[in-house]
Amino acid sequence: MSINDWFKQREGRRYTVSAPGCPEGKPGDGLPDGVWRSCPQCKRTLYQGDVARCLSVCPHCGHHFELIARDRIDAIIDPGSFEEIDTTLTSTDPLRFSAGKPYGATLEKARESTCMTDAALTGRASIGGHPVVVGAMDFRFVGASMGSVVGERIARAFDLARDERRGVVLVVASGGARMQEGMLSLMQMAKTSAAAGRLAQAGLPYVSLLVNPTYGGVTASFAVLADVIFAEPGAMVGFAGPRLVEQTIRRSLPKGFQSATSLVEHGMIDDVVPRVELRERVATVLDYLMPDAALEAGDL
Amino acid sequence: MARFVMEFERPLAELEDKLGSLKSLDIAATPELAAEIADLEREVERLRVTLYSALSPWEKVQVSRHPDRPKTDDYVAGLFDQVVELRGDRAYADDQSIFTGLATLDGRRVVVIGHNKGHSTKENVARNFGSPHPEGFRKAERAMRLAARFSLPVVTFLDTAGASPGLEDEERGQAWAIASCLETLSALPVPVVVVGIGEGGSGGALAIGFGDRLIMLEHSYYSVISPEMCAIILHKDAARAPESAAALSLTADDLLRLGIVDEIVSEPLGGAHREPDMVIAEVGLRVGAALDALAGEDPRALVERRYERLRSIGVYNEAG
Repeated sequence: MSINDWFKQREGRRYTVSAPGCPEGKPGDGLPDGVWRSCPQCKRTLYQGDVARCLSVCPHCGHHFELIARDRIDAIIDPGSFEEIDTTLTSTDPLRFSAGKPYGATLEKARESTCMTDAALTGRASIGGHPVVVGAMDFRFVGASMGSVVGERIARAFDLARDERRGVVLVVASGGARMQEGMLSLMQMAKTSAAAGRLAQAGLPYVSLLVNPTYGGVTASFAVLADVIFAEPGAMVGFAGPRLVEQTIRRSLPKGFQSATSLVEHGMIDDVVPRVELRERVATVLDYLMPDAALEAGDL
Repeated sequence: MARFVMEFERPLAELEDKLGSLKSLDIAATPELAAEIADLEREVERLRVTLYSALSPWEKVQVSRHPDRPKTDDYVAGLFDQVVELRGDRAYADDQSIFTGLATLDGRRVVVIGHNKGHSTKENVARNFGSPHPEGFRKAERAMRLAARFSLPVVTFLDTAGASPGLEDEERGQAWAIASCLETLSALPVPVVVVGIGEGGSGGALAIGFGDRLIMLEHSYYSVISPEMCAIILHKDAARAPESAAALSLTADDLLRLGIVDEIVSEPLGGAHREPDMVIAEVGLRVGAALDALAGEDPRALVERRYERLRSIGVYNEAG
């Protein structure tokens, strides 16, 4: 193996843990337990087996490593309860977007390296015994940007939850709207927001978890329309990216700008929740907010 | 005062200047001048037609940003009577980059919401160049809710480069303010007619930019991202904006083809700023017709149809 190949292989393994359904040997499936890695926050060298056992959180300093979408879902649902939906939706290149790299090639590469069909994954599951529709976004897929497929999956998630009287729990990360699909992408903001609004009108709860990074058109639509919003430690969340803000105000940004903790201070989200406490916290919220199934049956 | 010349107009402007200086000469003293002037006039006319009848997407973006292009308050003054401006978001400030008010269009009582660029530098500073802060979107949402309570149709005018990307805008929840507008607008139980009059920049435009009827001026644009920003992301070079503008499918024609826009209002040769009164009057007729077509619809059916339409937007493959 050449040194370049070795680096390439490592690059493919930056994301941890398993991706079921992914063909063997593709990047995105497991980092073997025997691998040593370094924590970007405390710089300690870590044994991957230890990291994996802690939901990919550094056992020394609590740094939250990125997770692939599938593992995001596994981290919050009742074990084994996930049943993926809308698996056959795939993006096309409706504008034949030609500036820069052809969009078709970008999609092809993303599918190859992530074994996903697009940047969001949705399905039925249960959390604390409550029936929910869950979803998670994966930053590796074109920056988890929202185009037609992501918008459709999210809107369908809300619609399905409304039809089946489920709650919705979404783990959100995104660079924003997917510019290669132009206005079709921008309109997904309206579409997903409308769908979230209809779930709310139906009296069903929606909890969102914002992870690093969440920006642009996704923040400014369904991500923040939840009844309860949590963020993961270290998540950066905003509308405009920090570089653009800095250019606009022509001075340096205050420390902690757009960080999860500053969002709590400014009243924008409810709490910063460590990954290990997340499932229980979401389950508790659902305990309060899910309509009583027995009562609902009585009403009919 | 020097007139504003767009980059692509320069050859025409030079010819026009030459014509102007010839005309200022004493024709009586030099009889052959008359013929030269007539020639030049024909040449200017020919160039004007070729230049403006086939504008590229990037040229349209420039026309949409022309400082003399009619603004929301020109439409408000030109089309509506009995205007009662509604100011303030009742929480923080009155953001003048968005106009909201009660108004009457030819006997039809409506709520007007529009991004409001200024006519002068002073006005533009006061209005943040038409880029709303969170309080602007919250004011817009307040106007939407008012419209719903009193069953008044909503007419919106789009003309913004985008939501303001400042430090305080972020801290006061820019994304939250926009998202909330989207949710409210999507379920508004009254007719919503949207008119793209200039720039339709991203989420800041979308917050008041969809409804039951979307009308666009011929040279206005509506885009997921500005051509400059797109060029910076793709090539790290804002000068390649013309390519991005073409790739983004952001013109009225493109969006009509994609089914996002319902109708286009033609502009006079050179752009709306050449004949503002004519364009404003035409927009008034189109908005009036759209309101009449939507009047008397069952509110629930209206909301349901708006949702169906939103749900249908997007292009993807689905196997099985």
